[in-house]
Amino acid sequence: MDRIPILKMGPFLLVTIQVDLYDRLALNLESDLISMVSKTGARGVLIDISAVNIVDSFMGRILGNIASMSRIMDAETVVVGMQPAVAITLVELGLTLQGVYTALNVEKGMELLYKKVDLLSEQDDTIEEDQDPHDITD
Amino acid sequence: MISLTKDTMQIVREQDVVPFRNRVRELATKIGMSLVNQTKLITAASELVRNMLKYADGGKVVLEVVSKNGQAGIRLMFVDEGAGIENIPQAMQDGFSTGRSLGLGLPGAKRLVNEFDIKSKVNEGTTVTIIHWKNGR
Amino acid sequence: MNIQQTAQILLRKKNTILENWMKNQLADASLRDDLLSNEDLRRQSEELLNSLLQAVSHGNFDNIYSSEFEPVNDILGDISITRARQGFSPREISQYVLSLKQALTDVLEEERRNEPELLYREVVLLNKLVDSLSIITFETYLKGREEVILRQSDEISEISTPVIRVWDGILALPIIGTLDSSRTQVVMESLLQEIVNTGSSIAILDISGVPAVDSLVAQHLIKTVSATRLMGAECIISGIRAEIAQTIVHLGIDLSNIRTKATLASALQLAFGMLSLEVRKSNQVSTTKLFK
Repeated sequence: MDRIPILKMGPFLLVTIQVDLYDRLALNLESDLISMVSKTGARGVLIDISAVNIVDSFMGRILGNIASMSRIMDAETVVVGMQPAVAITLVELGLTLQGVYTALNVEKGMELLYKKVDLLSEQDDTIEEDQDPHDITD
Repeated sequence: MISLTKDTMQIVREQDVVPFRNRVRELATKIGMSLVNQTKLITAASELVRNMLKYADGGKVVLEVVSKNGQAGIRLMFVDEGAGIENIPQAMQDGFSTGRSLGLGLPGAKRLVNEFDIKSKVNEGTTVTIIHWKNGR
Repeated sequence: MNIQQTAQILLRKKNTILENWMKNQLADASLRDDLLSNEDLRRQSEELLNSLLQAVSHGNFDNIYSSEFEPVNDILGDISITRARQGFSPREISQYVLSLKQALTDVLEEERRNEPELLYREVVLLNKLVDSLSIITFETYLKGREEVILRQSDEISEISTPVIRVWDGILALPIIGTLDSSRTQVVMESLLQEIVNTGSSIAILDISGVPAVDSLVAQHLIKTVSATRLMGAECIISGIRAEIAQTIVHLGIDLSNIRTKATLASALQLAFGMLSLEVRKSNQVSTTKLFK
């Protein structure tokens, strides 16, 4: 398996990581996700890591990168479903995923994304409208 | 401290990392380590194996189940023949990295396990040994 | 070598052996007459010696796991467990059995004055026997101590971390006693697990019962809050007393990233606000109407 599928759900992109990530796969995910954000003009990215047993500093960096890159392109990132053991380990490791939003599960993550995007865009009814992030006129 | 089982794995490509992590998990499960301690151990192992691949083009890992005072644990020894580390105290600092990473690998791994030892000779290689006990103490 | 004969000699000389053994024990500087009276010591020793000589009387000197040795092992086990509870040190307990060696070999030395070769073999045999007995003593002693430790740690973990579901979506965890790193681990694990189980998005850590907060304890609190946030839940720390607030500021600990409240009640109020919940007196309207 060389690629992790990315689903488009309305204004958001949804990624569910089901396998143990090796480096190449994680790097592919990073670039695929960013090009998808740019192609679809998505306003939010939701990454479900509930099936991931290990997040080391490399994986943590990839998650941070995705969040920072998406933010530049006007999309927020939410990581959902982190396992307790993984959270404890990340804290001991010294990695707190600054700049990444987190939520307990996909449902709460979606709620959070809607809230964040609403607040930032201030255009409650036009989320569905495709917009080139480089060409905002207001 | 006595060694109960011992085997060796070669790590030469990044695809070897996942089977290696699975092997560590297998051993940790066998001695009844709790999930949190397993996760800590495997994450530390993952950091060290990644360092080995990145700075020394791979190496080998010796995996052992050990026992001390009736308490079981896992000992992992990461042996490479890479460039070695010139300044170990500096490499053990948070946020220090010669590559473009977060610099959490060595100090982070040390925080995650019970015992941590690093020996290195420039141009000869580096050996990192970690031990994590069953109950994490 | 006729080991049956050796056993006979020992049996015949039982009283001398006991006297010698008692003399060795009483002469030992580490004798704990504060924990055990000399009469009791003598009674214990005699009982043990009797059963031991009975066990070897058929010539079995090396297999202490055979049925003849069962009474010996039982008595020895009893002695070491009671002594472990009384507070004897491991050295004192193994000394007790090892001092028997001297008493046994002294008697044989007397008997075998002219047969050094035989004496040597007998002494080797006895050495092995007493050593195995002392290993048993030690094992039982450790088992006794481990039981004590296990019971205590069970008691501690039972009382230490109750996670309470105070509202739908709100958990509270009162921490009582000092927070060290292993305790933090337990607190974090049970809190995070409960967050997953209940799908709660707010956790309140109440530290009213924590006697003092130094930089280490603060570090542990910060870790717990960070881990909770990584899971996607928010963490409020409540129960900060005046003196704790003072030490936190004096030590220069930065808690500005953490929501803190003085009491559990105000933390709960904050949590309600975060979940857009309102708590009101339901009968207020009707009573005002009544008095109009």
